[in-house]
Amino acid sequence: MTEWLLDAVLALLLLALAGGALHARNRYAGVLLFIAFGLVLALIWARLGAPDLALAEAAIGAGLTGVLLLAALARQPAGSGAEGVSFARHRLAAAAVLVPLLMILLQGLDPLAEQRSPLPELATGALGQSGVSHPVTAVLLNYRAWDTLLELAVLLLALLGARQLGPARFEVERPWPLLRAWSRSLAPLLLLAGGYLLWSGSSAPGGAFQAGSLLAAGVVLLRLAGVLPALRWSFWPLRLLVLLGLLLFLAVAIACAWFGAGWLVYPDGWAKPLILVIEVAATLSIAASLSLLVVGEAREASA
Amino acid sequence: MPEALLYWLSWPLLVGGLLFFAAGSLGLLRFPDVYSRLHALTKADTLGLGLVVAGLSCRADSLLEVGQMLVIWLLVLASGATACQLLARQAREEHGDD
Amino acid sequence: MSTTLFWLAVGALLWLIGLHGLLTLRDALRRIIAINLMGSGVFLVMIALAARVVPSDPVLVALVVTGLVVAVSATALALRLAGSAERGKSS
Repeated sequence: MTEWLLDAVLALLLLALAGGALHARNRYAGVLLFIAFGLVLALIWARLGAPDLALAEAAIGAGLTGVLLLAALARQPAGSGAEGVSFARHRLAAAAVLVPLLMILLQGLDPLAEQRSPLPELATGALGQSGVSHPVTAVLLNYRAWDTLLELAVLLLALLGARQLGPARFEVERPWPLLRAWSRSLAPLLLLAGGYLLWSGSSAPGGAFQAGSLLAAGVVLLRLAGVLPALRWSFWPLRLLVLLGLLLFLAVAIACAWFGAGWLVYPDGWAKPLILVIEVAATLSIAASLSLLVVGEAREASA
Repeated sequence: MPEALLYWLSWPLLVGGLLFFAAGSLGLLRFPDVYSRLHALTKADTLGLGLVVAGLSCRADSLLEVGQMLVIWLLVLASGATACQLLARQAREEHGDD
Repeated sequence: MSTTLFWLAVGALLWLIGLHGLLTLRDALRRIIAINLMGSGVFLVMIALAARVVPSDPVLVALVVTGLVVAVSATALALRLAGSAERGKSS
């Protein structure tokens, strides 16, 4: 009974925040509602038994996406953004398309609720040979390492794409001393938490993605407080950091294919150290890429 | 029977914490201007969270859990105070002193 | 109605709210939010399916963890594109 109550409240809150984020009167309120949406979603992941995801969502969905959207809002000319809202006719037409779609979707999803997939048993069964004891990390860096490799490539592509558009105007206001002091004392804690998440990823919820996004959130905070100087793409260690994860991952994959059993098939007994090295490199790369994407290459504000 | 006593002690603390949360949210919705809303939100919520942490500490199994919750409370306390200051300053810069 | 079915329905509804926003809204920023909402709906469906067994199906959870990072990088790129399109229009 109480579980149902919790589920219903969370779901209602989620849907209401989603509707509010889209249809709020001005953009600013919409962005704030979307940040709240991310926090509620993190709660739902925790409720549905996916703490890995809750950690990542709290850092990414609520933290980084919020900063991204607010920065984009500050760059755009003022205005409610409601000027182009379409007529009631269009809304009705859209609803007429969507209601049948909902019926079809629900009919398609309904049988899935009862089906059982053989994958969880396979994943936990092979855990002994994977080199780590947390199944999600085993999937990410051993069984489906190919996906993670490509994901790092996607992150790099997004960064390169954003760079093609020229430097973003990400202006840091003259920071207040209080924010400066608080972010100075918070930064070591974030670093500690990131390191802990990375290390515990082998046996408990956590891992490269969560740690990387937490570190990126720390860098963004320090940048906003004006403690860190502007990140410069021309600064070669930063470029190396961005590329490190992908390069190391590729090197391991090629070495496995060349000397071992095949592409990304780790040799016996080597899985744990290899996964650890890849995870550390991937964490640093994800942190560097995400913080470059969010705070960009700023020209110093003239103030 | 210290356990049972602690268990019963935790109820008024938890309920009191929730009342403070409700009062803070009510203040956020009903107060007229930015400063009084911030005041209602940060003060009442910090106190509410403190009471909830105290209530849950009475039910905790080990001292480690109590320590973790205390650290969480301290972090929320400090970041809440900082965020409140920032928002209040921003509001003052936007609307001028009044 | 089981818990799984409930969250599947919520995920589908979330996806449709996002699609509705995408169809009816004209503002670039709001459309990017709408796409994010659609993505969250898909993630919710996947995690509801992962939660059919206890502990959750690690394959689906791992896919969504990767998906989150891809979603935020795509959002960043989309916002930059929208920003430069706006600048091109105004100048």
